[in-house]
Amino acid sequence: MSQHHIVQPKTYFTILVLLMVLMGATIGASYIHLGTTYNLLLALFIACCKMSLILMFFMHVKYGSKLTAVFATGGFFWLIIFFTLLFCDYFTRYWNSPVAPSPYGG
Amino acid sequence: MSSATAHDENPYLAHHFESIEQQEESCTLGMWLFLAQEVMFFGGLFMAYAVYRFMYPEAWFEGSASLSVPIGGANTVFLLLSSFTMAMGVYFCQVGNSKGLFRALTATLILGIIFVGVKWVYEYTPKFAEGLFPGAGWGPHGHHYGHLADFADQGALQIFFVLYFIMTGMHAFHMLIGFAILLVLMWMTKQNKFGPQRYMPILFFGLYWHFVDIVWVFIFPMFYLVT
Repeated sequence: MSQHHIVQPKTYFTILVLLMVLMGATIGASYIHLGTTYNLLLALFIACCKMSLILMFFMHVKYGSKLTAVFATGGFFWLIIFFTLLFCDYFTRYWNSPVAPSPYGG
Repeated sequence: MSSATAHDENPYLAHHFESIEQQEESCTLGMWLFLAQEVMFFGGLFMAYAVYRFMYPEAWFEGSASLSVPIGGANTVFLLLSSFTMAMGVYFCQVGNSKGLFRALTATLILGIIFVGVKWVYEYTPKFAEGLFPGAGWGPHGHHYGHLADFADQGALQIFFVLYFIMTGMHAFHMLIGFAILLVLMWMTKQNKFGPQRYMPILFFGLYWHFVDIVWVFIFPMFYLVT
């Protein structure tokens, strides 16, 4: 029964409006100076909200089976593993030396 | 056999599936596996972005400031609208509105072409003209980007633009592939190949298109709004 669900245009339009609002929030957030790290986290958070709306409603994950949801989130879960392990490496590289060496030898 | 009835009901039910629901579920999972591969593809690029941004934050501020937020923002609006029209296309197909489906696919195509057109004319061309091509041809000059030549770490700035061109370029390339598939779907719609009993191709192309939109949703703040 997964894909037979017919999502109504009204739902799609509501999501579109929400996406536009979040797009405005994305740009607006760049004018609020919270420091680089927090600006980045805020931008990523808003982007994740937009992604969730597109995934759930436009891509019908909300109306599909749990198995579909597992496949849909699997890719992003992999990305989290990638990100975590990568930054375990990079964030700890210069713990014992004062400055990051330039790749251009200068 | 009960499956004989199911196969009689829907001419699009393949012989190796028991029901149309099973067929649709299997196809959906396959499509999501493809999208998972796409996540891996773009994920690698985003990881490269993350590492170099961590290493050269000043170059990121400088490079990002030189990108036009109004143009990137307008492009984001076009792409979000095209996702909406694509979703509407799925709806029209499911209710049997062939004309509506064709118009929705056309609107999606037009909005996508506007996106790529704006990118080419207002972003890529001025950058190439003013020497912003990373590598041997690098040499910022001119009205819009000349100030970049004053930035101390030219190597790091080039890395920013390498990532900018590769990531937005691969994204635009994915959209070009989308245009080709859209044209095929539009032609097939004209042949009345799609309807309430056969809407999965439209749905799956929609999945691809929405995924490309999601990638842009992340590219936009990561390149245009670095503060």
